[in-house]
Amino acid sequence: MRKFSVKTVVATGIGAALFFVLGRFVAIPSGIPNTNISIQYGVLAFISAVFGPIAGLLSGLIGHFFIDFSFGWGVWWSWVIASAVFGCAMGFATKKMDIEGGVFTGKNIAIFNIAQVISHIIAWVVIAPTLDILIYQEPANKVYLQGLTGAGVNILTTAIVGTLLCVAYAATKPKKDSLKEEN
Amino acid sequence: MTNLFNYIDRKSKVHDLTGATKFVCLLLWSFAAMYTYDTRFLLALTALSLILFPLSKIRVKDVSFMLGFTAVFMILNNVLVYLFSPQHGTEIYGTCTYLFGLTGKYAPTKEQLFYHFNYFLKYLASIPVVILFVSTTNPSEFAASLNKIGVKYSIAYSVALALRYIPDVQKEYDEISKAQQARGIEMSKKATLINRIKSAAAILIPLILTSMDRVEIVSNAMELRGFGKNKKRTWYMGRPFKASDILAMAFCVLLVVIAALLNIINKSRFYNPFV
Repeated sequence: MRKFSVKTVVATGIGAALFFVLGRFVAIPSGIPNTNISIQYGVLAFISAVFGPIAGLLSGLIGHFFIDFSFGWGVWWSWVIASAVFGCAMGFATKKMDIEGGVFTGKNIAIFNIAQVISHIIAWVVIAPTLDILIYQEPANKVYLQGLTGAGVNILTTAIVGTLLCVAYAATKPKKDSLKEEN
Repeated sequence: MTNLFNYIDRKSKVHDLTGATKFVCLLLWSFAAMYTYDTRFLLALTALSLILFPLSKIRVKDVSFMLGFTAVFMILNNVLVYLFSPQHGTEIYGTCTYLFGLTGKYAPTKEQLFYHFNYFLKYLASIPVVILFVSTTNPSEFAASLNKIGVKYSIAYSVALALRYIPDVQKEYDEISKAQQARGIEMSKKATLINRIKSAAAILIPLILTSMDRVEIVSNAMELRGFGKNKKRTWYMGRPFKASDILAMAFCVLLVVIAALLNIINKSRFYNPFV
C-alpha cells in the first residue's frame, strides 16, 4: 500500500472531496462569532493514517485549494500548504499502524493523538505564520496568534473526530487470526 | 449545485485560453503580487486586472458576492494588523511621522497608513485575478490541463476524481445528516461544544464508511481497465495550446521579472517614499 497505487489515487480524490464538502458546507458554530469548527482535519488525519503520507498530502492540498477556490476570496497558499503538511506529517507518523487490518487499540490511539498534536503545531504555529510573514509581511504577533487559535481548535476536533473515525473503521475490519478452528 | 465553482460559461478571449495557461498565469501573477510591496507596481497590476474584466465578459454583477466576501476579509485583516502592530509601518520604513498631533502607541502615523494602503493594494492586485480564474475556468478542463503543465497524470486524475465525487459526497452527507437528526442528534447552538463535535462524528462515521466502500469500488474498476499501465493518457476535456496561450504566459513571466527587478532597485521588498 505504500507505493503510489491506483487505490492511493482514488483515496486522494475521494479524500479531497470529503475534505472539501466538510470544510465548505458543514459549519458547526463554535460560539465565537465568525469562527466555525473545521471537522475536516479529523477526516484528513484518518485518510493519512489509512492511506499514507502521499494521499494525506494531496488530499489536504487539493481539498483546501478547492475550498478557497469556491469561496473566491483568493487562494491563501500559506494555509493551503499548511493543510498539506499536516496530512503528510500524519501519514508518516502513523506509517506503522495497521488500521486496514483492524488494529487500533490503546497504544495506537496514544501515538495517533501525540502525532496529530505535533503535526498541527508544525502546520499552524510554524509553517502557516512563517509563510504569512514571508509572503504578506504581516506583523508576527497577529499571525502567530491566529496560528495558535487555529492549532488549538484543530487539535481538539481531530482528537475527537479523528480518533472516533479510526476506532469505528478498524472495528469494521476483520482481525488477523480472528477465526479459530473448532475441533 | 451546478454553480458550485462559480464557473460562468461565455465566449471570450480569456475563456478561449486553456485551463493550464490560466493556472500558470494565476500562479505567476500571484507570485509577482506577493513578491514585491512596490506601490507603483501594485497599482499597475490592479489597473491591469480591471482591464481584464471587460475582456473576459465577466460583469461586476456576476461576481459581486465574491467581492463581498473579499471585502469583509480584507477589512477584518486590516483591523487586526492595526490592533496587533500599530507601529508596523515605522518598523518597515524606518521613519515615524505622527499625524493630527497625536502621539502614543495607537496614534496614527503616515508610515502605518502607507503600509495599510500597500497591504490593501496587495489584495486588490491579486484577488480580481483569482475571481477571473474561478469564473472563466471549467473545473473539469482544469483537471485535464494540470497534466499538460507537467503534473503527473495520476495526481491530475485525483483532482478530476475529487471534482467528480464532490456532489455525491455532498448529497450523501445531506441524507445521513437528516437521518441522524430525525433520530435526535443536536447540531445547533443548543448543545454544548463537545456534544456538537460528537454529533458531527455520528454523521461522519457512516459517511466515511460508505466513502471507503466507494474507494474500493472505484479503484477496482480503474484497475480492471488498466489505469496506470501507460506513461501517458488522453483527456476528454483537454485542448491544445494556441498562440494566445503562449503570449499570455510570456506576459506573466515578464511580470515576475519586473517584480524581481524592482526588488533589486528598491533594495528591499518595499517602495519607500519616506527616505
